[in-house]
Amino acid sequence: VTVEKLEVIRRFPRERGQLLTILHELQRANEGNYLTGEDLRLVADYLGLPLSAVHDAVTFYSLFSLKHRGKHIIRLCDSPPCHLAGAWSLLSALQEELGIGVGQTTEDGLFTLELTSCLGVCGVAPAMMIDDEVYGNLTPERLREILEGYREGS
Amino acid sequence: MNIARAHVLVGVDEEARLAGVERVLSALRRALEEAGLADEVQVVETGTLGISGRGVVLVVYPEGVYYAGVTPEDVPEIVTEHLLKGRPVERLRLAAGWPQLEPRHILGRQVRVVLRNCGIIDPEDIEEYIAAGGYEALGKALTGLSPEGVLEEVKRAKLRGRGGAGFPTGVKWEAVRRAPGDEKYVVCNADEGEPGTFKDRLILEGDPHKLIEGMALAAYAVGAKKGYVYIRGEYALSISRMQRAISQARQYGLLGDDILGSGFSFQLEVLPGAGAYVCGEETSLLESAEGKRGWPRIRPAFPASRGLWEKPTVVNNVETLANVPEIVRQGAAWYRGLGTPTCPGTKVYTILGNVRYPGLVEVEMGIPLRALVYELGGGVPEGRALKGVLVGGAAGAFLSPQDLDARLDFDSMRELAAALGSGAVLVMDDTTCLVDMLASVLRFFRHESCGQCTPCRAGTDVLVRLVEQVRRGEGDERTLKLMLETAEVMNLASLCPLGQSVALPTASALSRFRTEFEAHLAGAPCPRCQEGGR
Repeated sequence: VTVEKLEVIRRFPRERGQLLTILHELQRANEGNYLTGEDLRLVADYLGLPLSAVHDAVTFYSLFSLKHRGKHIIRLCDSPPCHLAGAWSLLSALQEELGIGVGQTTEDGLFTLELTSCLGVCGVAPAMMIDDEVYGNLTPERLREILEGYREGS
Repeated sequence: MNIARAHVLVGVDEEARLAGVERVLSALRRALEEAGLADEVQVVETGTLGISGRGVVLVVYPEGVYYAGVTPEDVPEIVTEHLLKGRPVERLRLAAGWPQLEPRHILGRQVRVVLRNCGIIDPEDIEEYIAAGGYEALGKALTGLSPEGVLEEVKRAKLRGRGGAGFPTGVKWEAVRRAPGDEKYVVCNADEGEPGTFKDRLILEGDPHKLIEGMALAAYAVGAKKGYVYIRGEYALSISRMQRAISQARQYGLLGDDILGSGFSFQLEVLPGAGAYVCGEETSLLESAEGKRGWPRIRPAFPASRGLWEKPTVVNNVETLANVPEIVRQGAAWYRGLGTPTCPGTKVYTILGNVRYPGLVEVEMGIPLRALVYELGGGVPEGRALKGVLVGGAAGAFLSPQDLDARLDFDSMRELAAALGSGAVLVMDDTTCLVDMLASVLRFFRHESCGQCTPCRAGTDVLVRLVEQVRRGEGDERTLKLMLETAEVMNLASLCPLGQSVALPTASALSRFRTEFEAHLAGAPCPRCQEGGR
């Protein structure tokens, strides 16, 4: 695994400015949508940075996680336009349906629930993202259908 | 090359993707093949058509018939009825009030400079951009204008930064040009995160080469050889379109070494963000581009003297840079003929919320808010009344119907203690509760405060607690006063515009909609706050 990871890392120039780009690639390659301690060390070595500098950056950004996350990450938009369109009722519907709170992962390891700022698809508010897919015009019913689709697909 | 007798333009953006545009496209290609029309009818995947909330939208030219909410099941009917027999499918046509390009690309009140090609060309094909006059400005500059000449043109055009602050672009560029040193950078701020704003995403998705050309012109003017487009990590489609466009431009010799044999070299690269609203602030963005946490820097020094890697750096918003090719191509005098004397040109807005026709529009600077809400947005749906408009996103101001005659440009908005900001226009009808909306805005800021400076880190939390008190009917006049004071302290003492701008929504909501706050304090029941309070 380490060799494979090094191959991923070595595709990028040895410049500190590449840090976020490399971290995205490593996180994508990991099962569990997160960065391991080893990932951080490998990147730190490659870019010639102290481990603390990499850790410092990783913990700042909401798209990165150091905790094992679910197979699918649900990011519900909680910005004013979605709020105006009723996102607040979706959050409770999601929490109820999944049986978890924000930042938690379901017991079957399928979903992690997170909140996100504006996804820029306000025309179909309220909206959420699951992994790289955007879903809009959400209602509690549609929400359940979408989740069902992911459950069947897994 | 075949000359097609008809074109079907399909808007492919994030919204269309979620409505299943891929399936519509493959159904369309299959149906054309089956009907023997594959050579006669050309399918063009274009950027946004500016229409929001209506699913897959496509236009059939030369008639210019718009279809909305198209599903794969509808496609055979469009092909056999319209494309084969020439009879438009009435049940799928987009209603008349929506902005629809006429055959000569006239779009009612809209004036399209930045969005000239959006929804018309295929953004993944550089030749279509070139055929529409693209890279003409770069060619003109590199063969006939000095870097100073390009700089002068932008200064004379009085172009101002479209990211929200309205700072004169030419002045920024001149500072970078004059700064000592050989190593300089041009950075495009495409970290669009202002709630309700998606104009930059649609420019990136709809016409990426325009941005590349604008950045190359900027680099030529200031003497930079390297540029970065910093795009929000969540904008997957924008990132891939931009990367593709960059590699095409390289193949055509429009990026890279010795562009068009002029001796000018410019390398461009995409950097993805990783989910932090504060990185839309330029110094945070630079920190992030250097691979650090996106904490704003203390200013001065400004990026023009010490930016990326401490080198002189131009940081411009996507829309700002997308204006540059047309300014160079058509000249500053032409550009100043648009908009107002102090704010020439156009502005791209996203209209959303409780309006009939949400979407993306581009109009001249200085049009009244009323025109945007009623003429372009179609007003609030029937049976509802307008309560207010949040202009400029979360970092903007809540305006009331009394402000509808205010003009939309940087200076007029400032006079009103409001801001044009990113151009997000969120329309709210009479079912909206302003206490609830302000609470949503304040929660947003609490979540996105980066935590570096105390006024913002603590202030956003204090404000959320106070507004929640008001929502529950606890507290009194002093609670409102404390909210205003907290916001003002943040405005004065925060390190960056994130903390400073919280005062705008807070003060505007409390002054224009004060009675609503007082009613909550007096215990009047509010269904929105009871349901949504958390």
